[in-house]
Amino acid sequence: MTTTESPIESADDPSSGGSPMLDLLSGFIIELRNAGLPVSLTENLDAMEAVKHIPMEDRDTFKYALAATLVKNHSHWKAFEVVFEVFFALRGSEYEISEDRFPDLDDMDDDQGDTQGQGQSQGQGGGGGEALSPEQLAQMLLDALRKGDQAMMRALARQAVRRYAGMEPGRPVGGTYYLYRTLRNLDLDGMMDQLMDQSREQAPDGQLSKFEERLERDEYNDRIEKLKKEIEAEIRRMLVADRGVEAMSRTLRKPLPEDVDFMHATREEMNSLRKAIYPLTRKLAARLARKRKYGRRGPLDFRKTVRTSLSYGGVPADPQFRFPRPHKPEIFVIADISGSVAAFARFTLHLVYAISSQFSKVRAFVFIDGLDEVTRFFDGVDDIGEAVHRVNTEADVVWVDGHSDYGHAFGVFWERYGKDIGPKTTVLILGDARNNYHASQSWIIKEIQSKARQVHWLNPEPKSYWDTGDSIVGEYTNYCDGVYEVRNLRQLEGFVEKLI
Amino acid sequence: MDPRFSDVGSVRADLEAANYLADDGIAGVVYLADRLQKPILVEGPAGTGKTQLAKSVAEISGARLIRLQCYEGLDEAKALYEWNYKKQLLRIQAERNSEIEWDTIEDDIFSDEFLLTRPLLEAIRADDPVVLLIDEVDRVEIETEALLLEILSDYQVSIPELGTIEAKQIPLVFLTSNNTRELSEALKRRCLYLHIDYPEMEREKEIILNKVDGITENLADQVARIVRSIRQLELKKAPSVSETIDWARTLILLGIDQIDAETATDTVNILLKYQSDITKALKEFAQSDEFSG
Repeated sequence: MTTTESPIESADDPSSGGSPMLDLLSGFIIELRNAGLPVSLTENLDAMEAVKHIPMEDRDTFKYALAATLVKNHSHWKAFEVVFEVFFALRGSEYEISEDRFPDLDDMDDDQGDTQGQGQSQGQGGGGGEALSPEQLAQMLLDALRKGDQAMMRALARQAVRRYAGMEPGRPVGGTYYLYRTLRNLDLDGMMDQLMDQSREQAPDGQLSKFEERLERDEYNDRIEKLKKEIEAEIRRMLVADRGVEAMSRTLRKPLPEDVDFMHATREEMNSLRKAIYPLTRKLAARLARKRKYGRRGPLDFRKTVRTSLSYGGVPADPQFRFPRPHKPEIFVIADISGSVAAFARFTLHLVYAISSQFSKVRAFVFIDGLDEVTRFFDGVDDIGEAVHRVNTEADVVWVDGHSDYGHAFGVFWERYGKDIGPKTTVLILGDARNNYHASQSWIIKEIQSKARQVHWLNPEPKSYWDTGDSIVGEYTNYCDGVYEVRNLRQLEGFVEKLI
Repeated sequence: MDPRFSDVGSVRADLEAANYLADDGIAGVVYLADRLQKPILVEGPAGTGKTQLAKSVAEISGARLIRLQCYEGLDEAKALYEWNYKKQLLRIQAERNSEIEWDTIEDDIFSDEFLLTRPLLEAIRADDPVVLLIDEVDRVEIETEALLLEILSDYQVSIPELGTIEAKQIPLVFLTSNNTRELSEALKRRCLYLHIDYPEMEREKEIILNKVDGITENLADQVARIVRSIRQLELKKAPSVSETIDWARTLILLGIDQIDAETATDTVNILLKYQSDITKALKEFAQSDEFSG
């Protein structure tokens, strides 16, 4: 819904009257739209109204207030946060780039009776802790982490970035490289070990039980995560100061969770996708149940109609219908789990199983060049993630060399399980149909289609790649009731909804 | 109309005085909703205090809380208003033998006296300040949502026989949703959006200290930390804040002031409600002799 930009912006401009805040805000909203968030005109106006009431100095509140008016879907929060951090990086008192305040750092020095702290005056350019040696910095960081001292961690994060990131002005990078350099120098894993050692020493009998150990570790992990966030924020601030808001937000722009391509997702994106899939399944299940209840009408109920007609003097004015018989399809999922499409197949298995209460029976088959039934891994299992993991490690799917061979896999399927397909069965085939130039054996799909209720093919490749190279999805298309491009959660959700 | 709150800090302080510990986000959005006169749509996992927020806000602003619990099949007659048919019939019968014109009777029976107000209309017509809570709005069908739109954006209700009834005072409106389905764009556009997640460890500890009588700081800290660790696992249903509080109360009743692996094992069924979750948590935290027993 990003199409309405230009007219809206021009309509807003007169009211903004050149106020720097509103200019900043309208730039901010344009960037949100560029990042894919559907910000409507009303929401835009609300945000403009909101900033009048909440002072920007109160940064967290300001952020939440803006989010309340602009972001109406929690999965978009992350994208919002990134844009916000970039746009308002240099605003707010404690976030200024100026070097005038390192009170905590100086105090700390004094506390420790460290002579090096004395020589520093306010005006010294490089920041308060420049004179610290790397060991001292590490020691102070360790202390801050142990005490969970947020302000101290922030100040030290700043120091660390200045010292270790080695920023070069004008370099068009997103900051990952600087982050990596800083973290490598800080050796946070080592700090973790030290912290744990200290905790162990302080425990009454000199050691922690496993239970306590786990809790301690979680606590320190949490603090280290916070430290990393501070470092990231600092790097971002410096980059924004260097390269400007627009350039930075362009570099950091990422697709929304529902638009992340399964095939090219990073590990982090994969994790967030995995988390997104649970609420999604719940939502889908609720929607499907509802649709089934209200969506269709059963056949005319003659007796009931006659009975109600009595109240209209025998005129059947109000026809009555039978309650619809729920139709619960059987689902066969046949998934390619070779390297190229594994992530996608895993997701779809997840999804199908999670809403399996909506199906009378789900059977799953996986293949590379051989094929194996994996339904047993799912039977009576509560944790679908675990089951999918077992599928990936235990299923017997390699026949010759472990390169996809759709033809052979379908052959095996037809021979072993073909007789189980009946008129209630819906067959889902997941794969990119990259067959390494083997025979397609598309007659099998034709046979399956003639026996089954429906055959659908989900392809995680963009449509423009189909039938290029060794992709032979076109040969199967004729025998499928539908072939869909399913590259992200949005498309997957759309498909499942259509399925029932 | 005068705003209810003078600044964000006071919202937060007031809420705290009413035993509701808000973070910056919550206090800010409540404040903003008051200033912008917009409804708040509150989403988040179950048991994080969404409904309680509305109740507490009603308490601190000295307003009456009017609550509409949503469910499948909720309709106009239950949410907005209904004509009192029985009374109308009586009225017509009473007038049967008199000389009054039909038009007059008709005007008469479609008047205020025969109108049964339901929560939404009641909130609009109230003279005293009210907080309107529309609970679990995701339970109604998407078509029924449309019922709410007029009241949410214009604070008015149109009744064909009577005309439009406008609000005498703008109520503060909370809608809660457990996010079992996507709400319509039209609804979301009219609201401020607030996502209440599980609280940060520090805040949860404060909540426990606040809600559980006689708990020591040390125990509250332990409870909060264990719950945080449990929430990091991938569970069917993570422990909610209310379950955390129940757990803390149980520990107090059992006279425990220091949680070790054994007590945690014995009482974990208060935090987790699925057997698979319990098994998983025990497995995660034990990995050794101590927890397995």
